[in-house]
Amino acid sequence: MIASLAFYAFAAVLIASAVMVVSSRNPVHSVLFLILAFFNAAALMLIAGAEFLAMILVIVYVGAVAVLFLFVVMMLDIDFSQLREGFQRYAPIGAVIGGILFLELIFVLSTWRFAPDAADLRLNPNPGGGVSNTAALGRILYTDYLYLFQLAGLVLLVAMIGAIVLTLRDRVGTRRQNIAAQVARSGSVGLVKVPTGAGLRELGILRPPEPEAPKALPEPADHGHGHGGHH
Amino acid sequence: MDGFLSSPIGILVITVAQALALLVPLLIMVAYLTYGERKVLAAMQLRKGPNVVGPFGLLQPFADALKMLMKETVIPSGASRALFVLAPMLTFGLAMIAWAVIPVNDGWAIANINVGVLYLFAISSLGVYGVIIAGWASNSKYAFLGAMRSAAQMVSYEVSIGFVIVTVLLCVGSLNLTEVVRAQQNVWFFIPLFPMFVIFFISALAETNRAPFDLPEGESELVAGFFVEYSSLSFGLFFLGEYANMILMSALTTILFLGGWYPPMHVEPLTWIPGPIWFIAKICLCLFVFIWVRATFPRYRYDQLMRLGWKVFLPFSLFWLVLTAAVLKLTGWLPA
Repeated sequence: MIASLAFYAFAAVLIASAVMVVSSRNPVHSVLFLILAFFNAAALMLIAGAEFLAMILVIVYVGAVAVLFLFVVMMLDIDFSQLREGFQRYAPIGAVIGGILFLELIFVLSTWRFAPDAADLRLNPNPGGGVSNTAALGRILYTDYLYLFQLAGLVLLVAMIGAIVLTLRDRVGTRRQNIAAQVARSGSVGLVKVPTGAGLRELGILRPPEPEAPKALPEPADHGHGHGGHH
Repeated sequence: MDGFLSSPIGILVITVAQALALLVPLLIMVAYLTYGERKVLAAMQLRKGPNVVGPFGLLQPFADALKMLMKETVIPSGASRALFVLAPMLTFGLAMIAWAVIPVNDGWAIANINVGVLYLFAISSLGVYGVIIAGWASNSKYAFLGAMRSAAQMVSYEVSIGFVIVTVLLCVGSLNLTEVVRAQQNVWFFIPLFPMFVIFFISALAETNRAPFDLPEGESELVAGFFVEYSSLSFGLFFLGEYANMILMSALTTILFLGGWYPPMHVEPLTWIPGPIWFIAKICLCLFVFIWVRATFPRYRYDQLMRLGWKVFLPFSLFWLVLTAAVLKLTGWLPA
């Protein structure tokens, strides 16, 4: 009973926040609603017993992807009146595309059939035999489909290298810090062992020279020159 | 009585009682951490520190808290109100809910869940939101700059923290925090994984925005960074959240590397001391090092901070992860 109540509560908040993502005026609020939607999706996975997926969803999407997203959106200076300018002109095209997608969805859903054994698989993330769903996922990814998994990783690596190659440029005239050389240099810097608390007691240690007795300051003859001061 | 305790309301009452039993000592610890930090810093700089309010200045944290509560809450006119108020609550709340899975002793966790390590990692990666939202909602240049710095910094250091955690998990074979500690019954992980221990601790400093990585606050250049517009209780929540996060990261270090509730050796006088005392003592040791680092090192420059995270820690932790996996596999020590 409590589980189904929680399910409906989280599902309702998820849908509401998903609607707010597309309808809120401020893009930062949109991203924050997106984060709320991720959280509720993670909670739904927890209810279904898939705790590993729930945590990974929070770590990857909320903890990393959405942070960068928010980072970018906050720095953009978006003018909304400008964005809404062409709304009247593009509305018919948008409506046509939306209508086509809607019709396609109807076609797909009208011929939709569940696999006969799908009902048994539902809400059963643990394969049984005392295997947790973390171990089950690991077995599928790293034992059964290892090569496909590695291939997927390779695709991501290529994308990453591509992004770096596109943005990397060798600027001339920049002065770089060579940390190894800086740490390894000798001669100009020396370490001195100072006894603890020596400043409080009179010990025979290196001390800054005593300040000279204050001489009577000569009356400054010229105001306005030199050290700024009063005008 | 037994029937009541197993009813839904009874379970709720027990859970609330457990949460209070953990959170009240935690908040007292946070209060005395601020006192301890000032005393330790003072001792390292040959000063006296707080010594006026109460004996040895012991009532200073409460005096500070009262003073903070008496102040007026100021919300800047250009601020995004709801988010401005939400940010400190988020920071404080996240620092508190992470404690639900921390095992103080064998079986003494409020929620002993299967994926405890991932839960903690998820919560600590959410901490950045309090900072970003505060910086953006304040509608102030300094706060925004601080928030941007913090976002980049926290995301960078999370990567190496992730690899360190994976290395520890390889040696344990479970994501459950209690299992992680039990695996260290004979050897604490900081001995075989010493380089990872160092990387984890330094990353924890960066993750909690502590010196020498306290660039988001940077009081000499950004006034106070992301919370410059905050006052009164909302400032207090940020402050409490930061110190609670320090204690949390120390607890995580204790669990992952310092053997949790186990004494250093299983011999007579040491085993008389109960587990929670060992746990708290180890947390206090980590906290002392946090403060010691603050008293010793100057602040990093921002490009140096990024270089350390991406060009030093990330490749090294990746290398050590592969090395650990190879050693465990070749020697057959890989836990089933």
